[in-house]
Amino acid sequence: MLTLEDLRIEQGSFALSAEMTIATGRRVAVIGPSGAGKSTLLGAVSGFVPPASGKITLNNVDITGAAPGDRPVSMLFQDNNLFPHLTLMQNVGLGLRPALRLTGDEQARIKSALARVGLEGMEMRRPGALSGGQQSRAALARILVQNRPLLLLDEPFAALGPALRREMLDLVRDLATETGATLLMVTHAPEDVLRIADEVIFVEGGRAHAPEPTAVLMDNPPPALRAYLG
Amino acid sequence: MARSAQPVTGRSGLIAAALIVAVVMLSFVGIGLRAGPGSGLGPADWAAIRFTLFQAALSALFSVVLAIPLARALARRELPGKGLLITLLGAPFILPVIVAVLGLLAIFGRNGLLNQALALFGLPEVSIYGLHGVVLAHVFFNLPLATRLLLQGWQSIPGEHFRLAAQLDLPPRMIFHTLEWPMIRRILPGAAALIFVICLTSFAVALTLGGGPRATTIELAIYQAFRFEFDLSRAAFLSVLQLVLAGAAAVLALRVIPDIPMTAGMDRKVTRFDARGGLQRALDIAAILAGGLFLLGPLTAVTLSGIAGLVYVPATAWQAAFTSLWVAGLSIVVMLALALPLAGWIAIRDKGSAEAVGLIGLSASPLMLGVGWFILLNPVADPVALSLPVTAVVNALMALPFALRIIVPGVRDALTGYGRLCVTLGLTGLQAWRWLILPRARTQIGFAAGLTGALSVGDLGVIALFSDPDRTTLPLQMYRLMSAYRTEAAAGAALLLLAMALGIFWICDRGGRWHADT
Repeated sequence: MLTLEDLRIEQGSFALSAEMTIATGRRVAVIGPSGAGKSTLLGAVSGFVPPASGKITLNNVDITGAAPGDRPVSMLFQDNNLFPHLTLMQNVGLGLRPALRLTGDEQARIKSALARVGLEGMEMRRPGALSGGQQSRAALARILVQNRPLLLLDEPFAALGPALRREMLDLVRDLATETGATLLMVTHAPEDVLRIADEVIFVEGGRAHAPEPTAVLMDNPPPALRAYLG
Repeated sequence: MARSAQPVTGRSGLIAAALIVAVVMLSFVGIGLRAGPGSGLGPADWAAIRFTLFQAALSALFSVVLAIPLARALARRELPGKGLLITLLGAPFILPVIVAVLGLLAIFGRNGLLNQALALFGLPEVSIYGLHGVVLAHVFFNLPLATRLLLQGWQSIPGEHFRLAAQLDLPPRMIFHTLEWPMIRRILPGAAALIFVICLTSFAVALTLGGGPRATTIELAIYQAFRFEFDLSRAAFLSVLQLVLAGAAAVLALRVIPDIPMTAGMDRKVTRFDARGGLQRALDIAAILAGGLFLLGPLTAVTLSGIAGLVYVPATAWQAAFTSLWVAGLSIVVMLALALPLAGWIAIRDKGSAEAVGLIGLSASPLMLGVGWFILLNPVADPVALSLPVTAVVNALMALPFALRIIVPGVRDALTGYGRLCVTLGLTGLQAWRWLILPRARTQIGFAAGLTGALSVGDLGVIALFSDPDRTTLPLQMYRLMSAYRTEAAAGAALLLLAMALGIFWICDRGGRWHADT
């Protein structure tokens, strides 16, 4: 369970406040206009943006001041999710141990994770030798071996075509279900929301509204959301 | 946006900066211990000050003025061999000064090609020694630098402007007036200031081509006071003089000194529609030919006479070559140990102002550092026994400003692109260096290491100050051969030295790029 208690983030003249609870295993979309603070909200949860006040807890553990690497969180950014100079084995392996001294058992886990996302036998390839969709799959394989209770996606599939993006969202949904992870996902596309999310957080006017069930919110959007969806 | 969390800290960079400042400050302490008020400035000191300033000003003036036609020709003309010439413009960075001096002697010296040609026509011979020789050598080294700076300026003029000028059918004079001159006026003062500061602390050129009461720089006077008179307090006093002069000039020039271009500098091609033929074309070709001859002539002469002279290279020079190799190796290690943490520190800051630390090594002249450390070490250890490590450290400090300029952008790119990924994966500190920064910045690190190694292997500076026959580097040994008029042996040693400098640069640069996947 992820809770944001009276959270307030300030960056210069920009401010964002949030107060919410997300149950374990839910898949939550974060939508809202550009610059409203969707990525900032994820930044606060992942530890890149220190909040001005308030508290973030994950499963009743206070993680407000924890360093990004110490949080039980895995995250995909818009781009640069793989190190181009490392093989897929190494890239995925970094999710298991930073020193990359992998035991045979761990190597087997990495291989099976790569096979799970459809990259069987590509362990020794580098990201440059893969297509955009395959790169996304490799990044998801790392998420799989990291096996963290909270998964944050900051529009990692925005550059993919519509069919490929749907494919990736389905894969994300399956992986989240398998690992039981809670998913928090920034997106611009209403169809993504309908495809994957149980609940929706609408970010607008300096406020991240508490999540509401997708069907309720998208069928009957409040005026601000209606204006955004157009 | 989320730049607050970084995988590396600035702590080790701060330690490196503190070390550098300590090395420089301690040498000041050493100098301060011995430099008494004395009898003030004597006539010889005034002559040295005058000569230092005068030759630096002339060198800067000639370098930038001659660079204008050359850069203009290179910017607007497509000719076979142009790429080679632009590559050659980068060579002075890794060319040992003493090798270039030998090459210049082969062309402009007493028995050089120029005097032979003059003799054919029954004209009196010209001497390369003295003011004009010093200036000539400085122009040889700094004309390429000025040309590269100006070429960069030409590249910064948008191609649309030249297309517009062609549309309006502006004559060359108007194009120069409206497009090129404003750019030149912007770049030239900085280039001239940079060259002026570089030439203020020039030692090897003054040692070989200058000398005597009429052509002694302060740096050379420090050497003479130290080496011939062994007058430590006078050497220390002259060091203070040098520091005041070079420091003041550096501080004044710091505002106008441009970024030194470290790449070949012709990455963007601007098609030119003007000045296609006639006089303009002839002038450009003449400028490129003259520039090419001026740079290539001495190098060719060194290579040709060096091949013939290789068999005369004495065993002592081969021994010195080995010594030079490990001094260069040590210098690379010291440079990396300082530059990498510093680069990490600078890269995580928003502005690169910390690069100023690297510049300290430049405004403090090598001989001044040498004198200071000699005075400090003398009571506790035999400075001569430490001459090689001291040389390596001073070389590393001299290379540091350039190395930082090369490495910092690589580290910054790696951190901007992948810093957050590192942090989410818990890769911090040494792990981040191991998995992110070193692999991503290896081409820049290899390039910087190559420059440092070449600079160090060819350096004739602080080693001349306190060496003995057993501990010499190849440049010093070559200088001794030249002084003993063993011309063939010196030529052979020059070729060996040239090959070593180019070889070290090539190996490091290649090593950085080898299998570099992006």
